[in-house]
Amino acid sequence: MSAVAWLTQFLEVLAALVLAPLFLGWVNACRAWLQNRRAPSLLLPYHGIRKLFHKDAVIAESASPLFRLAPYVVFGAMVAAAAVIPSMGTGLPFRSAADAIALVGLFAIARVFMSLAAMDIGTAFGTLGARRDMMIGFLAEPALLMVIFVASLLSATTALPLIAERLVIQPLALYPSLAFTAVAFTMVLLAENARIPVDNPATHLELTMIHEAMLLEYSARHLALMEWAAALKLFNYACIGFALFVPWGASIGSTGIGALALSLPALLAKLAVAGLWLALLETVSAKLRVFRAPEFMATAFMFAVLGLLVHLLLGA
Amino acid sequence: MASIDSPLTISLALLACWAVVGAVGLLRPHSVALVGRVLFPLGAIIGVGLAIVAALSLTEPVEHATLYIGLPDLPMHARLDNLSRVFLALLGSASAGVSLFAAGYFRKGEGTAPGVMGLQYHLFLASMGFVLVADDAYAFMVAWETMALTSYFLVTAQHGIPEIRSAGFLYLLMAHVGAIAILLSFGILQGGTWLFSFDAMRQSTLSTPWATAAFLLALFGFGAKAGLLPLHVWLPEAHPAAPSPVSALMSGVMLKTAVYGVLRVTFDLIGDPLWWWGLVPLALGLATAIYGVVFAAVQTDMKRLLAYSSVENIGVLFTGIGLAIVFHGVGMTELAALALIAVLYHSINHAFMKSLLFLGTGAVLHATGERNLGRLGGLIHRMPWAAWLTLVGVLAIAGLPPLNGFVSEWLLLQTFLFSHEVPQPFVNMLLPLGAAIVALAAALAGYVMVKFFGIVFLGQPRESSLAVAHDVDGFEKAGLVWLAIGCVLLGLLPNQVIHALGAATEQLLGAAPNLAGQSWWMLAPLTERDVSYAPLVLLAVIVAVIAATFLIVRVVYRRPVRRVPTWDCGFGRLDPRMQDTAEGFGQPIRHIFVSFFDMERDLPSPLDHAPRYRVKVSDRFWKGVYLPIAALLSRAAKSVAWLQQGRISVYLTYSFITLVVLLAVML
Repeated sequence: MSAVAWLTQFLEVLAALVLAPLFLGWVNACRAWLQNRRAPSLLLPYHGIRKLFHKDAVIAESASPLFRLAPYVVFGAMVAAAAVIPSMGTGLPFRSAADAIALVGLFAIARVFMSLAAMDIGTAFGTLGARRDMMIGFLAEPALLMVIFVASLLSATTALPLIAERLVIQPLALYPSLAFTAVAFTMVLLAENARIPVDNPATHLELTMIHEAMLLEYSARHLALMEWAAALKLFNYACIGFALFVPWGASIGSTGIGALALSLPALLAKLAVAGLWLALLETVSAKLRVFRAPEFMATAFMFAVLGLLVHLLLGA
Repeated sequence: MASIDSPLTISLALLACWAVVGAVGLLRPHSVALVGRVLFPLGAIIGVGLAIVAALSLTEPVEHATLYIGLPDLPMHARLDNLSRVFLALLGSASAGVSLFAAGYFRKGEGTAPGVMGLQYHLFLASMGFVLVADDAYAFMVAWETMALTSYFLVTAQHGIPEIRSAGFLYLLMAHVGAIAILLSFGILQGGTWLFSFDAMRQSTLSTPWATAAFLLALFGFGAKAGLLPLHVWLPEAHPAAPSPVSALMSGVMLKTAVYGVLRVTFDLIGDPLWWWGLVPLALGLATAIYGVVFAAVQTDMKRLLAYSSVENIGVLFTGIGLAIVFHGVGMTELAALALIAVLYHSINHAFMKSLLFLGTGAVLHATGERNLGRLGGLIHRMPWAAWLTLVGVLAIAGLPPLNGFVSEWLLLQTFLFSHEVPQPFVNMLLPLGAAIVALAAALAGYVMVKFFGIVFLGQPRESSLAVAHDVDGFEKAGLVWLAIGCVLLGLLPNQVIHALGAATEQLLGAAPNLAGQSWWMLAPLTERDVSYAPLVLLAVIVAVIAATFLIVRVVYRRPVRRVPTWDCGFGRLDPRMQDTAEGFGQPIRHIFVSFFDMERDLPSPLDHAPRYRVKVSDRFWKGVYLPIAALLSRAAKSVAWLQQGRISVYLTYSFITLVVLLAVML
């Protein structure tokens, strides 16, 4: 492995850690603009995380060690995921350690630990959130796998950096199967990151919460890690989307410092557009009742399966 | 003929040792000290020995032996090849953990005397081992029936309880329906030679219809043992009835003998399965996987939940078998080998994970006397060892990297990614959709396991009696630790495991994944595609990130932690009853998969003085398949019963008529 590859790897994880809260801030700002509100500062998520780190932690008496371990595991899984997603370059040294199926597994680790932690205190809202989150998860996970399968059938590999690399190298073509899977992926992204229409990140009504309900008992540094991990998850999902559908701009292979330097502005541009798109989607759609969410997810799953069928029928 | 120090002889000797160890218990059948503290640990050591002998002999040639036991002039044959070795290693290593746990588990005054229980238990182990080395239909069926009978007696250990007796009866019935089908299958396989040794069956050539019939009968027979849809109904009845170590053995190991049987008949005795046969186990396997996991999600009894989860895993295994047959039939031998590796790997994984989970429920059952999820909760505080070790099994069976359940799932999904290359129209488009179903089942397994662990071990105790629950003791702890370490190692060292399993696929299919020249920590089983997975690196990255985060947070932000009562929104005291119940946690699944269930619901009205909410979810197959068959049988029996008039003169008339008819035929 060349030095550039390791540099790419390091910068990518660093970029994920640093840019993730910014991306969240950008989405929130865009949403505020679209809704004719004054936008909060782009840096608000950073302030939130910093403030939480400086507080005394308060933990319920009925919490077990699992409750305190979970934020670290969730955060660790998200950082590990960021290490195998080609956000800036595809020549990652870790790319052979975990392919896209393992990536889905990493997200599953985070979800399972978060749900277990939510059940640990033994309050009504925690278990409610855990149950709903697992419900969203078991429908979103296979849909995401199907999306990845279509891309890996197109590129004969399941390693995400290689998928991106081969999609770039191939002559520019429109893949109908990828169009279907892009729809499915967007739906999965919305659901998995607790966005409207499945969940509302700004809600304060416990009965409609999913993601927030699971975090109700967390405070201070544990909450900070959970919030940061949530921002990382959104960032990771956005970067998976870039790798599968708009892989251009990332440095291919280990081409050198120049391509790597260019890949950062490309990533920022893609994130800016993606944030705007996400905010637009959230603004024009209404939150679904919880029991409509399975239908939403089933639609995503069927879109992904349709993409697979289209690929097998047309070979593209 | 095998020599005295050959692996086959040693294996047979070890199996005999199990029987002897069991018999010794009869000397003092009521002594817990002898049976529990001496014999069960001895059984565990024999298990470890068997696993070592089997694993080390994987590179050696096939061995034969003739055993002069049984009927005169009808010797039994034994044979040790790599398929047998893989499953013997599974049997030995998984049962070692279960035996260790059982050493601390069986106590006085619970149903059958410990000594008798020990005898049944060790005979059960020995018969499972003998199933794996048997090399003729007689030996196989004798061992198979011994296995069924010993496990029947183990299931009905607490025979005072009527539910347990009826669960045992159902189990025995299904076992025998299956055994008849296997016997018929062997009857076809001998192909007119009337030689029932497996060697003769390998040599006989069958016409396609007969071979198909033999395959389908074997699939039915072994499927009944494994719990393939629609023959799964005995599993959720028998597993909760049995003592936990027995459930662990039945689910972890005995179901795998059925997988062994299907592989033996299909790839060895028939030899060249047609590709489209594979579609039958594939379709049934996918249906079983989804059905099992959906039912697991709505169970309220923790052992029933695990039993349905076993049904799911059997579905996944048969899906893999189906894929292997399809690939083998169309000449894609390398992929067939990979699918078969996934099956063998998952068999071993499931043996470890499911035994671990069943033993975890055993620990909970002993500590609290409760199997009902609705009365458990918060046990992680009182039983930390049991809880954290069970968590390993939970994460493994939920298919999370870097544990073992993920590896076999990964292999199976990778194999599915090639299924569109099968040169058969339509089929090549339908097969990849199977991957969607496998992925859905795997994700649902995560749901089930969060429910299982969260409700049993997390939250607040739902009953006040749980406050005195005690943790596992020495032997029980050792058994759980053994199985948990197995789950971790099988997950972290996939290359070594696959290399060993490759010996079996090499023998059966003539192909094995080419792992030569690869780093020992990196799994990349397909040469023509860039797919790889390195669990050790992944684990190292996650652990490094967690450790670094922990240190940084600790060093930079040294803020204290305060412990306070849970915030109750200002409404007064929180009650453990406010937590989600098992029914509540299963509610989304009942809602989404409503057509799967046969549901009865009693909803209270607002005017009720004593409101009662009740929901009963039962298997549709009971009403749809089993009860009609039972009704038909009893109607047939009633019509035959007309012959039984109860008067001697009538019976003498029957004899007279029979004689007249016989004379008429003879003359």
